[in-house]
Amino acid sequence: MKMLEITNLHATVADKAILNGVSLDVPAGEVHAIMGPNGSGKSTLAYVLAGRPGYEVSEGSVEFEGHDLLEMAPHERAAAGMFLGFQYPVEIPGVSMLQFLRESLNAQRRTRGEAELSGAEFIRLAREQAAALGMDAEMLKRPVNVGFSGGEKKRAEMVQMGIMNPKLAILDETDSGLDIDALRSVGAGINRIMRAPDKAVLLITHYQRLLDYVKPDRVHVLSRGRIVRSGGAELAHELEREGYTEAAA
Amino acid sequence: MTALFPTRRQEEWRYADLDALKPIWEQLAEPLTLTVGPGESVEEVWLPGADDVQVRRMKIALEAGAQARIFVLNTASEYGRIELDVSLADDADFTLFGANIGGGGSNVEIVTTVRHIGERGRSRQTVRSVLGGKAVGTYLGKVEVARDAQKTDAGQSVKAMLLDRGAMANCKPELEIFADDVQCAHGASVGELDADQLFYTMSRGLDPASARALLLEGFVMGLWDEAPDDAIRDAARAALRAIA
Repeated sequence: MKMLEITNLHATVADKAILNGVSLDVPAGEVHAIMGPNGSGKSTLAYVLAGRPGYEVSEGSVEFEGHDLLEMAPHERAAAGMFLGFQYPVEIPGVSMLQFLRESLNAQRRTRGEAELSGAEFIRLAREQAAALGMDAEMLKRPVNVGFSGGEKKRAEMVQMGIMNPKLAILDETDSGLDIDALRSVGAGINRIMRAPDKAVLLITHYQRLLDYVKPDRVHVLSRGRIVRSGGAELAHELEREGYTEAAA
Repeated sequence: MTALFPTRRQEEWRYADLDALKPIWEQLAEPLTLTVGPGESVEEVWLPGADDVQVRRMKIALEAGAQARIFVLNTASEYGRIELDVSLADDADFTLFGANIGGGGSNVEIVTTVRHIGERGRSRQTVRSVLGGKAVGTYLGKVEVARDAQKTDAGQSVKAMLLDRGAMANCKPELEIFADDVQCAHGASVGELDADQLFYTMSRGLDPASARALLLEGFVMGLWDEAPDDAIRDAARAALRAIA
């Protein structure tokens, strides 16, 4: 079954065309990597899929499990099972990570018509996910991302993903700012949480090093707002060796 | 004899809703007084009631080494005013944590005069305002440091958040210093909710109104970290939900 079906997607930011006809199918059970140079439109694609205000779709369609994704508000996309891992996770002073995540998860559950988790149930889940990602559970008591290092923020995004347990994860440069140990544990986290027949991942990255830990089923090269090449996992190695200019030519 | 009804020409009444004040002036004209004896300390939590117009006026005299800590939630559907006139003798300590929360056409204001009379007094005022609709929120805070009040340490931190175009915030920290060895810090800012924070929160599953309410909670709730119980926290949360 198709999890995500993007057809001829055009998008503008501040009236500037960034995506110029992206088409991409991600079936359930697969991990797809999107690679490409700076400014090729990778983050714009992630934001358009998550519904960020200011990112205008001018043409094309996106279906998520057969539903028109572009008709849905950001919180409805989350409740439907989409998770965006941010390249630059946002700091929210005054709101603890625990409160933020509990309210978010319960809002999703309400939208889906499921029962909310009690405080105790939620804390158990949060502790479990933090431990699995090697994050000190005490950090969950701190304000959202405030005072976290770059690597801690990315690890915290994966803890959030574990708690939300989405169907589709769009991970925008989750590997940037990670040292080797953190990279390994984040990679293991992605596999543990998202490798399942009914789930899918869109992994946006510059480098193939994360792909050593999370083996992609398909690799796509984005250049000037279009997918110019697609292939198997070996394409990432080719890109690493030859650079984008050669490989995408 | 009742004190004269104020006019807007008086700085401390400049943004007041005098029409709303008029019917209740008789019983308010004379502020309540509270004297805290040497070395003693008081802590008060002022929660809003249900009336459309709510005004509290209090004079506090802190004697040598006395301490007062006041937590205030100022919210009213029409007019809310908190007025404090505090004097500090040697080594006295005054702390105010106040929030103005207003929506619709309400007018909420916190007006303070803090008089450092003795040496080594310390005062801290932290005020956060959240204003939606056409609400007006005001903080007028005057700090006076007398000639002999050396080593005074006074601080004012004032921040306001505007939710709608029609809302208005007035922030005016004011200093009158006659001593030369003092520290008087003050800061004021007026802003709107951060678009990045809003999108981040919505992308995690909160609808726009809940996302706004959560972010506003973060903005205000730090005021109550040291409050004796959760009553003011719960009341502030309810007031924020009502205007977010």
